[in-house]
Amino acid sequence: MCLGVPAKIKKIEGDFAIADFDGITRKISIQLVPDIKVNDFCLVHAGFAIEKISKDYAQEVKGYLKEIFKGNTDE
Amino acid sequence: MRENEIITLSHGAGGKIARELINDYIKKFFNCPELNKLEDGAIIKTNSKKAVLTTDSFVIYPIFFSGGDIGKLSICGTVNDLSAMGAKPLYLTCGFILEEGFLLSDFKKILQSMKKTAKEADIKIVAGDTKVVPKSKGDGIYINTTGYGELLDEKMCISAYNVKPGDSVIITGNIGDHEIAILKEREGLKFDAKIKSDCAPLNQLIKELITAKIKIKAMRDPTRGGVAGVLNEIAQSSRVDILIDENSLPVNKVVLSACSIMGFEPLYLANEGKMIIILESEDAQRALKVIRKNKYGRNARIIGKVIKGKGLVKLKTKTGGIRILLQPQGEQLPRIC
Amino acid sequence: MNEKKSFEKLLKILCKESEKLEKTVNLMEVCGTHTMAISRFGIRSRLPKKIKLISGPGCPVCVTPITEVDKTIEISKQKNVIITTFGDMLKVPGTKSSLMNEKAKGRDIRVVYSPSDALLIAKENPDKKVVFIGIGFETTAPLIAYTMKEAKKQKIKNFFVLSFFKVIIPPMEALLNDKDLKLNGFICPGHVSAITGAKIYEPLVEKYKIPCVVIGFEAIDILTGILMLLKQMLLKKPAVEIQYKRVVKYEGNKYAQDVLKEVFTESDSVWRGIGLIPGSGLKLNENYSEFDAEKIFDIDVSFSKEPVGCKCGDVLKGIKIPTECPFFGKKCTPEKPVGACMVSSEGTCAAYYKYEVNK
Repeated sequence: MCLGVPAKIKKIEGDFAIADFDGITRKISIQLVPDIKVNDFCLVHAGFAIEKISKDYAQEVKGYLKEIFKGNTDE
Repeated sequence: MRENEIITLSHGAGGKIARELINDYIKKFFNCPELNKLEDGAIIKTNSKKAVLTTDSFVIYPIFFSGGDIGKLSICGTVNDLSAMGAKPLYLTCGFILEEGFLLSDFKKILQSMKKTAKEADIKIVAGDTKVVPKSKGDGIYINTTGYGELLDEKMCISAYNVKPGDSVIITGNIGDHEIAILKEREGLKFDAKIKSDCAPLNQLIKELITAKIKIKAMRDPTRGGVAGVLNEIAQSSRVDILIDENSLPVNKVVLSACSIMGFEPLYLANEGKMIIILESEDAQRALKVIRKNKYGRNARIIGKVIKGKGLVKLKTKTGGIRILLQPQGEQLPRIC
Repeated sequence: MNEKKSFEKLLKILCKESEKLEKTVNLMEVCGTHTMAISRFGIRSRLPKKIKLISGPGCPVCVTPITEVDKTIEISKQKNVIITTFGDMLKVPGTKSSLMNEKAKGRDIRVVYSPSDALLIAKENPDKKVVFIGIGFETTAPLIAYTMKEAKKQKIKNFFVLSFFKVIIPPMEALLNDKDLKLNGFICPGHVSAITGAKIYEPLVEKYKIPCVVIGFEAIDILTGILMLLKQMLLKKPAVEIQYKRVVKYEGNKYAQDVLKEVFTESDSVWRGIGLIPGSGLKLNENYSEFDAEKIFDIDVSFSKEPVGCKCGDVLKGIKIPTECPFFGKKCTPEKPVGACMVSSEGTCAAYYKYEVNK
């Protein structure tokens, strides 16, 4: 548990927002991330945004690897 | 009859009102000499000793969806089943079960759609039947179509029992579009998506392959149960294993996104305008060229191969591991875990 | 980034580092999504021999005791009730039936993607009692908490919740105290930790000196996280670390934590296969008792009985692997499951059946 999917906030309507999951749009609740803004990215679980994430979500994974591989090239 | 009227029990009772429905609606759209006689059966001309017969029933909900409707589906489904056997579809019969209260304007839309699709597939609807059930005993409309076709090349043996290790596996395009397009229209899930059903008749595409003398071993259209379902059937029939490469699967990013949200797997989603083609590997590249020339095959890919085994379907994952693709176990359900 | 290349490179580094280990180490994950991901990516069999991965009680459906499953089924049979549930619960076998069977018999049972959809159903059906089955851990409980707050705000009186929520630290501690298990590190759940913050693992590190790394769900995440655990073990410096930095903060989500405190109260809870763990559950507190479905419906589940011979319990604790259960693959398959570990999409047995056997 638990499925969490990244989405971009397209429009805010009070406690809710329209989120875009790479072509799928759905109304979600933003009560758990009240300071989120339009064009921000968030992680969505069961119709609720649970955390704000950076736009470079995928880039960050590359970042971890760079560090690990750098530290291990001499071994 | 006026367009805003509804289907009543009289329409299925075989009397004057029923006759009017046939004359004003069914004959108007399915106009052809065999049907127009309105006899108890249609006498058809046949050209071969071996023919293919198939039947399918369509109960889809919602009946109108992005990319098609139950009418279009009822033609494509049966045309594709005939094509999967290597046959040229020639004739269809069509049985309707209508629910009392069904809108005649909706019925007209469906008939129009069936006419258009039958024309594209170059198939004649020669016989049919209409029944009406009382309110709440049906779901608007159910359709059954039975299809007759003749083998394009009687020397070819296209069968799920015919597949051998070394054969290649091709899918004619993106997987999962139809099921996601339907799901978005269903109430419970409340999402919107830029995706249409891929519902399409593939007879022309298949004819081009057979004309090009591609050595096809087996074909199946991956409808309910998806690609995984169809490959499991073939693997078990031929007592082989089939190895699919996850990296090669053509999936629309919208479908991928829907799968991430709901917890679905694209390989188990229904398609209505795709064909799995298993063929001799030496013809695979040539087959791809032929398929991609057809508008319904632009995104065709070789997705795997047949290997020695006992009837399992295996998937080589993006990380290089191998996992088993089990037979589908009923509907996929949206999950949180 | 070529995923496969990076994966292989990471594995190589892991293998090399693991050679420095004095003995085999047991790492446990307590999140069903991790269980599935590990199997799906084929990680278990690729890891060096000295690193053993154990699946713990991380699947909320699997740890829901059969009495609770039976309660949901019995409530579905009541007049004017609409059951709303996540899809995960539908096929779970109870003692006599399942929600899927009851649905086939005509009971109004609806799968929803979000608890807010369940509230909408309540609004649209004022003459029915809409009961939401609340299963999940700290990731999911705040969502239902907010939904109940919304119900209060909108004065919706026909929405109820079966609160079967569980929290993760008490069972982790119970497993650390289990004589049959020797754990050397925890693969901590990514999304639970997004809510609670990584801080919740500090007491475990302090008391048991056990490495705890909060890990994400991609193959790269899992291998990176295992490497971090390995490094802690080699340096003998157990600590709380976050691998899943792009989502998890040390402090977690304050709003979620606040709403959990506002709506729920800690309770004792029974975990299938483990038994009663004090303080491991969440029940509705006094201020939200009007939503408590267990108070509205008087349900007799005295007939409830765990299936005899099923080893779900041992599998959930990590003492047995699925293939060691006598029912696995024979009497118990995904088509005809005996225990929840097989039917749940994230159950350990389901993961093994799909991904680890017959290779």
